[in-house]
Amino acid sequence: MTIEPRGGHQGGGHDHPDPGHRPEGNRSLDQGHPHAGGHPSGHPHPQSALTPQARAARQAELVSGLLGILPTAQVLHETEDLHPYECDGLSAYRQLPLAVALPDTADQVQAILRLCHRLQIPVVARGAGTGLSAGALPHPEGLLLSLARLKAILHIDPLARTARVQPGVRNLAISEAARPHGLYYAPDPSSQIACTIGGNVAENSGGVHCLKYGLTVHNLLRLEVITMDGERLTLGAEALDAPGYDLMALMTGSEGLLGVVVEITVRLLPLPERAQVLLAAYDDIGQAGAAVGAIIAAGIIPAGLEMMDNPAIRAAEAFVHAGYPTQAAAILLCELDGANEEVSQEILRVRQILLDSGATEVRTARDEAERLLFWKGRKAAFPAVGRLSPDYYCMDGTIPRRRLPEVLARIAAMSTDYGLPVANVFHAGDGNLHPLILYDANRPGELERTEELGGKILELCVEVGGTITGEHGVGTEKIDQMCVQFHPLELTQFHAVKAAFDPAGLLNPAKAVPTLHRCAEFGAMHVHANQLKFPELPRF
Amino acid sequence: MNQDLTQTLAARVASAQAEGRPLRIQGGGTKTWLGRAVAGEPLAVVDHRGILSYEPTELVITARAGTPLVEIEAALAERGQWLAFEPPHFSQSQFSTSHVSPGQISYGHISAGHISTPDSQGASQGAIQGDNPLPADPKGLPGAATLGGTIACGLSGPARPYAGAARDFVLGVRIINGKGEVLRFGGEVMKNVAGYDLSRLMAGAQGTLGVLLEVSLKVLPRPLAELTLTFELSPAEAIRRFNDWAGQPLPLSAACHDGERAYIRLAGNEAAVRAAQARLGGEVLGAQAPAGEDRDAADFWRAVRELGHPFFRQGAAPLWRLSLPPTAPLDSRLGSQFIDWGGAQRWVHGEHPLWPVAQAAGGHATCHGLKFGRVAHPDSAEAHLGPAVSTADAVNAGHAPPRAVSPGSREREPAAIPEAEVFQPLPLALLALHRRLKAALDPRGILNPGRIYPEL
Repeated sequence: MTIEPRGGHQGGGHDHPDPGHRPEGNRSLDQGHPHAGGHPSGHPHPQSALTPQARAARQAELVSGLLGILPTAQVLHETEDLHPYECDGLSAYRQLPLAVALPDTADQVQAILRLCHRLQIPVVARGAGTGLSAGALPHPEGLLLSLARLKAILHIDPLARTARVQPGVRNLAISEAARPHGLYYAPDPSSQIACTIGGNVAENSGGVHCLKYGLTVHNLLRLEVITMDGERLTLGAEALDAPGYDLMALMTGSEGLLGVVVEITVRLLPLPERAQVLLAAYDDIGQAGAAVGAIIAAGIIPAGLEMMDNPAIRAAEAFVHAGYPTQAAAILLCELDGANEEVSQEILRVRQILLDSGATEVRTARDEAERLLFWKGRKAAFPAVGRLSPDYYCMDGTIPRRRLPEVLARIAAMSTDYGLPVANVFHAGDGNLHPLILYDANRPGELERTEELGGKILELCVEVGGTITGEHGVGTEKIDQMCVQFHPLELTQFHAVKAAFDPAGLLNPAKAVPTLHRCAEFGAMHVHANQLKFPELPRF
Repeated sequence: MNQDLTQTLAARVASAQAEGRPLRIQGGGTKTWLGRAVAGEPLAVVDHRGILSYEPTELVITARAGTPLVEIEAALAERGQWLAFEPPHFSQSQFSTSHVSPGQISYGHISAGHISTPDSQGASQGAIQGDNPLPADPKGLPGAATLGGTIACGLSGPARPYAGAARDFVLGVRIINGKGEVLRFGGEVMKNVAGYDLSRLMAGAQGTLGVLLEVSLKVLPRPLAELTLTFELSPAEAIRRFNDWAGQPLPLSAACHDGERAYIRLAGNEAAVRAAQARLGGEVLGAQAPAGEDRDAADFWRAVRELGHPFFRQGAAPLWRLSLPPTAPLDSRLGSQFIDWGGAQRWVHGEHPLWPVAQAAGGHATCHGLKFGRVAHPDSAEAHLGPAVSTADAVNAGHAPPRAVSPGSREREPAAIPEAEVFQPLPLALLALHRRLKAALDPRGILNPGRIYPEL
């Protein structure tokens, strides 16, 4: 099992929402990284197209330029210094860059981008390195640009409810700084203790509370961005909108392909007066899914709404003893927050809905300790599953929730076909499904079969009207499945948009959007809702 | 009639692109004034209409762009849901169901009131009632706002600072780009980070990046209870209080100051609204209206949303919208102001361009021209769609003539509209990026050219 490097480095931050990390709640560390199982290095390093001599010359040219911008200690190029940066949270993919730059000002970032633009050297930006799609995988002929040292909280305006921060500030640090003012930053990916806000912007990170409070894109006001040619732009405003196109929305979730974000103004929300959680057990996973629909149909938008299937329940219970009913086919965790009186009223309504929907048992956390215990099992689901198997692989599809029973049945069938167990945890409120495939990389061919199964699960998500990634991003990992989700014309449109920002394609190359050539090699065909678009067109 | 005109529309765009002929995209024609004049042959999208899917428990609706907004809102209302960003319609029908007319709106029934909820029928309790956003004619009148126009213009109502903007609710779109290609971005699920977010980019792009064919929106349950409170506050004090309140866990859903009083709307479950009322005090708007007919609060906020409040109809000077940081100090040089969005949106009448003033205050300005100026007769269609002042008046006032739009003249000559600037000028580097992006989606510049800026 490979644990990715964490200490002091950084990253993308789009990963698993973690209900325990509420600003008013438990701030303990994850019990394990959601992807701690990871892949072993099953993927060969992408080879540089350059000869070793040419690569060395390129590296010397880059390092010499960087040393004109940064102090020596902030430019890494010895192989042993580069290793900590060879992967992000998806450690199956590893690559050494030519060099790592560690700027601590936006001006330095600008100078570095200008240098690389002049030298035509690819640049991969990196936050805390917690991303789960190999989006911060270095380029063999490129610079790894770490933004970890830009970690100042520049200004908190309690009256306007905004925080202006640098990209290397940790997600949770913003809420901690806002807390004395009764405010917090709502999006809370499970890696929030480590992941950076810059990475959150790059991935449009979610969190367990995003059904009610939105994704990163809904909680941003303004971005300072530097484009590959060194132009510094302000997108958005401290007002609620800005003239022209909504480039802030476009930049959010663009996985570091359009620009480098050097300053972020986020909106802060008042801390809710109270949060309360219910746990409901079901004999039938379809009933649990229907209960989610019934809660929403009753006009209630819970702060968090999570589902686990039986393998996930058993794994979590064995690990943290949260008191989960291990015979249940599924459990639901439903968190409500708001004014004290409001929560009291809603808890009763939700409890009744859960009972009416066939729950075999409904428990309300009696106190904060029990609330945290309920969440602890969910929070520990990934490492708990990791204990059952040498390795596991986490998928990240989103589906229309009403298709859940069908999707789970088909995943179970595929699981049997492949002989690989799958446990499911589900952000039930927003339809984001995380099947965890259990495997052993030491068995020959098992990693490949796991990836094949994972790919089929994502294609299933697309087929039922969903998407290949709800929150982890495409990165390197899911680039082939992009060929399934999008038509060649749509991919071509994405490339044209990219070229408007970065005509030479130097920012995070070969990530997020596949070339049509790659799709042709992958052999996948775009399918939307089981219908081929433009059946008259030739296919790649 | 619901129909799919995708192929027809795509073919027209493709042939226009082949010949380099600009197109002027037309929806319901209710917001033509929000932008520069477009010289081009009309491309009507109104007949491409129909709700394609709506699953209340998934909180998603998908409809063709020409679908009347009232039809969408009616479908949602049947299931107790709504578009939480409260899009303005600027349609004639918006006032037709109200028992008061714009310009005559009275909302003086102020007293301490009790709370009721829609499902308790209001009974003897009075005051709180959900704003029923459902106008009388869900079939949609000619000149009715469409879904496509709503998203293309990206406008949001009073709830915007608390519920989010139009773009925040966009989950996916299907568009025709400037090459006549039919493309789909985003989807019908809440979370989707595959590919660049071109769907939210369409909100506010006014059709210059693509012709909207279908839009998927996140919808939300309507609050179970609503209550509007009013306060005697100066505008400057109101700005301070609005911001202060927004930093507390209160169920705020709107906050404005009309130049005389402050109004805040609370929305949520009954307990939350009651608790907030107890904490905030103030007077309840509309408490004395007969049970079941309490439309005062709803009328008030609809008038704010539709710019039908008397404030917007005073004076012959153009109306400006200033979008500012919510805490920006009140600029008394600007004269009388209508403050909305908890301080983040301020309306003023002004003879001179306010772009520099807005920029200095950390925001931007949009010129809404004279459309919302003086009104001769509030019941006439002219009050909503017609020119508010004559061209001669405007010229005499030293201003560009109004963007005249009269009912039934949706196909009006572009020449009748002056090429006045509407939107805040962009910094040059940002404008250059806008131009490259426009070229990426519309290489020959045929989609609504010049609608936002001459260069796009």
